[in-house]
Amino acid sequence: MRIALIGNQNSGKTTLFNILTGANQRVGNFPGVTVEQKLGNLIGAKNVFVIDLPGIYSLSPFTREEVVSRDFLLKEKPDGIINIVDATNIERNLYLTMQLLELNIPMVVAINMMDEMTGAGGSIDVHRLGEMFGVPVAPISAAKNEGIELLTDMIVRCVKNRRTPTHVDFYSGAVRRTLYSAARLIEAHAAAAGIPARFAASKIIEGGDPLPERLNLTENEMDILRHTINKMERETDARSDAALADARYEYIKKVCSESVHKIRETRGQIRSVAIDGILTHRILSLPIFLCVMFLVFWLSFNIVGKFLSSLLAEAISYLTLTVNGALIAMDVNPVMRSLAVDGALRGIGGILAFLPAIAALFFFLSILEDSGYMARVAFVMDRFLRGIGLSGRSFVPLLIGFGCSVPAIMASRTLGSERDKRMTISLIPFISCSAKLPIYAVFIAAFFPAHSAFVMLGLYVAGILLGILYGFLMNKTTYMGKSAPFLMELPPYRVPSAKSARRLIWMKSKDFISRVFTIILLTSIAVWFLRTFDFRLNMTADSGQSMLAVVGKRVAPLFTPLGFTDWRAPTALIVGFTAKEAVVSSLIVLLGEERLTDIFTPLSAASFLIFTLLYTPCAAAVAAAKRELGSAAAALKLVIFQTCTAYAAAMVFYQLARVLC
Amino acid sequence: MNTLDQIKPGETVVIERLESEGAVRRRLLDLGLTPKTRVMVRKAAPLGDPIELYLRGYELTIRSQDARRIIVTRV
Repeated sequence: MRIALIGNQNSGKTTLFNILTGANQRVGNFPGVTVEQKLGNLIGAKNVFVIDLPGIYSLSPFTREEVVSRDFLLKEKPDGIINIVDATNIERNLYLTMQLLELNIPMVVAINMMDEMTGAGGSIDVHRLGEMFGVPVAPISAAKNEGIELLTDMIVRCVKNRRTPTHVDFYSGAVRRTLYSAARLIEAHAAAAGIPARFAASKIIEGGDPLPERLNLTENEMDILRHTINKMERETDARSDAALADARYEYIKKVCSESVHKIRETRGQIRSVAIDGILTHRILSLPIFLCVMFLVFWLSFNIVGKFLSSLLAEAISYLTLTVNGALIAMDVNPVMRSLAVDGALRGIGGILAFLPAIAALFFFLSILEDSGYMARVAFVMDRFLRGIGLSGRSFVPLLIGFGCSVPAIMASRTLGSERDKRMTISLIPFISCSAKLPIYAVFIAAFFPAHSAFVMLGLYVAGILLGILYGFLMNKTTYMGKSAPFLMELPPYRVPSAKSARRLIWMKSKDFISRVFTIILLTSIAVWFLRTFDFRLNMTADSGQSMLAVVGKRVAPLFTPLGFTDWRAPTALIVGFTAKEAVVSSLIVLLGEERLTDIFTPLSAASFLIFTLLYTPCAAAVAAAKRELGSAAAALKLVIFQTCTAYAAAMVFYQLARVLC
Repeated sequence: MNTLDQIKPGETVVIERLESEGAVRRRLLDLGLTPKTRVMVRKAAPLGDPIELYLRGYELTIRSQDARRIIVTRV
């Protein structure tokens, strides 16, 4: 038994999905967090599967999410639908309900956020509501886990009894006549094509939909339809799509007046207006946004990061020393000891210390998203992003990019148009992801300790400025044209749930730790091996004779114009393609007893930082870009472009600085 | 009769008709901007664009260029 979960964006589908299936999907207070369908097993029922579909406002075919959800409903034909409806925003949510009813699939309407509704003194007569739509209705609160058992009971029973929605006459007058005659006319065709007749009829009347082409209507039938629709347009004095939308909303109004008792706006809505008075204020909104971002970075890197990271770093170096001592005492083979201490422990130790700062950054970014502030940022920034041909919506993936490029690239899928998506993905590499933090921090500590905050900020800002410049150029060349329409719902502010935050920190930490113990550990050991042995597999006393050195020295001259004279610098950069943290871990392993200051001057260190800021995204991000862009060639282009940009920027900087200093 | 982009924050209007086309038009209809709907202009972003609307119990943002094609009357 397969049950589809469907509803408007930000109506709480994923929260409900997590409760129903015990899954750990990411939820957010931003329209469109779910970008692809996800499948889960209903808790306590072996053969019942729940499918979480992206949030949509309608079953028209204009956005990617709508197409995904529509195709799923029409082609895969789930056995049942749970239509989740936001009680605090019921009118607009029921618009989708009316279209879902046309599909003739067993369905239950789950009215979510009932707690907020009743908290404001409102109530909903669910029996009357169900009667007027011809479906069972369950009041729930997904966030508080209320009413869920009743809901699952209802939908399972509905599906078992094959209880399709009872036919109710929603419309009157010309719209009703037109829908009926159109449905009757195409009935046989629709049955043959496997499309519900009522649904097909309404799509024909709305127009602009490719679906009716699948019906193989005759020229004569199309004529009759055109004639009927024209007649309706004359009678209603509106275009057919507006007439139908109007008729739907008219019926919803009638349903609401009979079943929904709303005393006033909910507390959340009143609070939202008050908060918005400040946060999206015409003049204050921009400085506030900059302060918020500053606070996020300052708290993550300076407060949480410095304190916890230095504790962790001490623990790790203590552990390394202890292990080293123990191995010496046990008289372990020196090669094995070197592998454990110089390869594995030093490599991962250098990275692990950054766990608190990175977890904190993800935590704060998630709060921005869950609270609803991210949507406001999109609203405030839209006009500015239009300057480079994007919409405010693109700002959200870019902000997520400060955490990690992979989810950022995936989030760009929710952008309205293909052009916006491609352009946003090309800009994400200019945003410094959290994996670059260890590189920046280690180099700044070694070379610019007196100006640490200034250099760190400078790197982030330089990336953003170059991104803006690149976006500007793209908009004038490759990506000419207009950005997608910007019509976005602003969800009410909500207090982010502690559970969701805890889960996020846990997941991100687990992710990070597992990466440290897989990719970073493996690359560290590989680098250790290649720098310890020569081609005859003899251990070398001087790493300059090792396999890696022989190869590295061949590549190194290429990087001399950038100021990297030692072969170990480009080698670490190449290893960094597997994961950006590996730049640091492999440098530590490569250097052994030497220090960064032995192979870099402050000038070449700055050039190295500029190169790491801009060069190719890591393998995981490139793979994500390949998936989203749909071609390996496009992803390869991204890699080449970023690397060339990095090379050029670092070279220009180094050569200019050498002349000037 | 005015277009929606001419309405000042705080004012409430009723939609007469949409002159938008294509995807934007359908989106607007789906989101409930049908004829006779009451819409309040809540505020404008920095630089005066986009604007924030309040209708049918929720908040919606829309760009001036799209609002220009929505014909409204003041109430």
